Amino acid sequence: MSSVVSYPTSHRKKALILSIIPGIGQLYNKQILKGVSFLVLSAAFIYVFMDLINIGLWGLVTLGEIPFEDHSIFLLVYGILAIIVLVFGIGFYVFNLRDAYKVGKKRDSHEPVSTVKEQYRNLVDNGFPYLIMSPGFLLLVFVVIFPIIFVILLGFTNYDLYHTPPAKLVDWVGFKNFVDIFKVDMWRNTFFAVLAWTLVWTFVATTFQVALGIFLAIIVNQKDVKGKAIMRTVFILPWAVPAFVSILVFAGMFNESFGAINRDILGFFGIEGLPWMTEPIFTRIALICIQTWLGFPFIFAMTTGVLQSIPADLYEAATVDGASTFQKFKNITLPLVLFATAPVLITQYTFNFNNFSIIYLFNGGGPAVTGQNAGGTDILISWIYRLTMTSAQYSKAATLTMLLSVIVITVAIWQFKRTKSFQEEDMM
Amino acid sequence: MSTKRQKITRLTLTYLVVLIMFVIILYPLAWIIGSSFNPGQSLSGSSIIPKNATLAHYQHLFDTSKSNYLFWYINSLKVSILTMVFTVILVSLTAYSFSRYRFVGRKNGLMTFLILQMIPNFAALIAIYILATLTHLIDTHLGLICVYVGGQIPMNTWLMKGYLDTIPKELDESAKIDGAGHLRIFFQIVMPLAKPIIAVVALFAFIGPFADFIIASILLRTEKNYTLAVGLYEMVAKQFGAEFTTFAAGAVLIAVPIAILFLSFQRFFVSGLTAGGTKG
Repeated sequence: MSSVVSYPTSHRKKALILSIIPGIGQLYNKQILKGVSFLVLSAAFIYVFMDLINIGLWGLVTLGEIPFEDHSIFLLVYGILAIIVLVFGIGFYVFNLRDAYKVGKKRDSHEPVSTVKEQYRNLVDNGFPYLIMSPGFLLLVFVVIFPIIFVILLGFTNYDLYHTPPAKLVDWVGFKNFVDIFKVDMWRNTFFAVLAWTLVWTFVATTFQVALGIFLAIIVNQKDVKGKAIMRTVFILPWAVPAFVSILVFAGMFNESFGAINRDILGFFGIEGLPWMTEPIFTRIALICIQTWLGFPFIFAMTTGVLQSIPADLYEAATVDGASTFQKFKNITLPLVLFATAPVLITQYTFNFNNFSIIYLFNGGGPAVTGQNAGGTDILISWIYRLTMTSAQYSKAATLTMLLSVIVITVAIWQFKRTKSFQEEDMM
Repeated sequence: MSTKRQKITRLTLTYLVVLIMFVIILYPLAWIIGSSFNPGQSLSGSSIIPKNATLAHYQHLFDTSKSNYLFWYINSLKVSILTMVFTVILVSLTAYSFSRYRFVGRKNGLMTFLILQMIPNFAALIAIYILATLTHLIDTHLGLICVYVGGQIPMNTWLMKGYLDTIPKELDESAKIDGAGHLRIFFQIVMPLAKPIIAVVALFAFIGPFADFIIASILLRTEKNYTLAVGLYEMVAKQFGAEFTTFAAGAVLIAVPIAILFLSFQRFFVSGLTAGGTKG
């Protein structure tokens, strides 16, 4: 059988060409209802969105030409909206072309064209997943995807305190923001200082909380320890209290004038009050201690679950073979615990990398440090917040957001490649 | 004999470590509870067990003419519960279609969700702020809920899809042969089996907004609209030392009910988390 099938008629080509105007091809294929609804839909689309697309695309290119009359940022928003609407429109258009071609092909090979009833059934069966997804997807487009596109575009503009609409226009500046961050001394110094602390913070705080959680789970889970229930309840407590409450409480405890740490505890040991809130190094130590306090219960609970699921005969067999307690721990307990909790452990690192609450609520990212525009304990995300909310450096903040996202996404992709549901056999 | 001595030292050390940890965990909690009963506004001269314990700070919080605390509490509950309800509905629908149907764009959709869930949704702070201003959703709870729900969708969809994938497809296929429609299979076959993961998603969707500070702090402008996190922070940030005991009472009123709720659901929560988490 030859691979090229020739048909005596060429309905598929005619239908395809005709459906350059959506609906005509379907009419040609004698699918009246479909054809009319396609025609009406496209007419309505053009009627409703013409202006938006027009203004949006113009605005996206120029970002406005006359101060006070053209608001650059609103134009940017319209531009993105126009593009989103266009993408949906093009999707529909391609679908229309494909549909006309497919039905035409059916006619060419003398297969019966589906009737209105069959079309309806088809629409329900194939359209159902789209239908039930669309509310969630639409919301996602507007509150997640839209802002992300906006931030990406903003990173290539000069939107800051001195270029604030409506009095001033915002302009495209290409990669200037990226170049500035690495070339201008003040930005470069701040960026690398903040990045270094972010990495140290992520690594040290997370490792402490993980190590403490696993350690406590193992010692509580020893067979001959009494009072396991009460220990487990108390060790879960820091997780049970909302983090923002605990952090604010700690901010009070570490307060230099009335906090309990300086006054009651260190005072009891006869140590002079320490500058917890005014010296970067002390704030950093305090932050790491607090995060360990906040974070270990989660690891503790998970590890406890894993430990309880390790079959006892593994240990019995090891005892028969003459393994010492330490050998059992090293060769049975630890590998099993790490294996089972590994995916969650990695999310702990990414969580702390972006752990805005603790940094901001404890000391506002402070104390201030001379020679840079970030506080001494600012991590990348809180620095971005500071740039946005206090110094109106919107475009720089957007650029930094992009750099931050690249780091986070790289780690996350690496991690997700290993998880189970990513490797499902029919990902398609 | 030496093994017995070893055992004694091991257990002593264990109990010692546990004791130290108990002190470290309970001290801050005891301190804040003690502070909340301390008379006077500041903490100078206070002790962990107050001499003249008073309920005045609690009364102050419940007096709506003096404090907005009750509004914040109601706002937080309202926002969290609505976010939870909408998230569960939308996530069930998207996760179900990703798990059960093979359609054009499925793989791209899944990849998009995967990448989106890696970007924290406050990374787009500026955009959220400007968009909310543009649509007049700033300082409304509706805007806040929309942002929360949208942000919850990608991650929870993956989580729930991972769980739905483990429910055998033969079940829905046999139901289909018996003549059940799409909606009927969804509501009567799959959803009842997915209860554990629905509970986990609901819990995440509730805790997220309840504990969030950053988005609420940029979207909410008037004091009466604040959620607890923003309200408490403002209370503290304005005049830290001066109102600390009132803050302490406010903190206790949040921590106690949430902790009790949490501890009663804890077992279930941890098992659901490990089940969904390691699979998803």
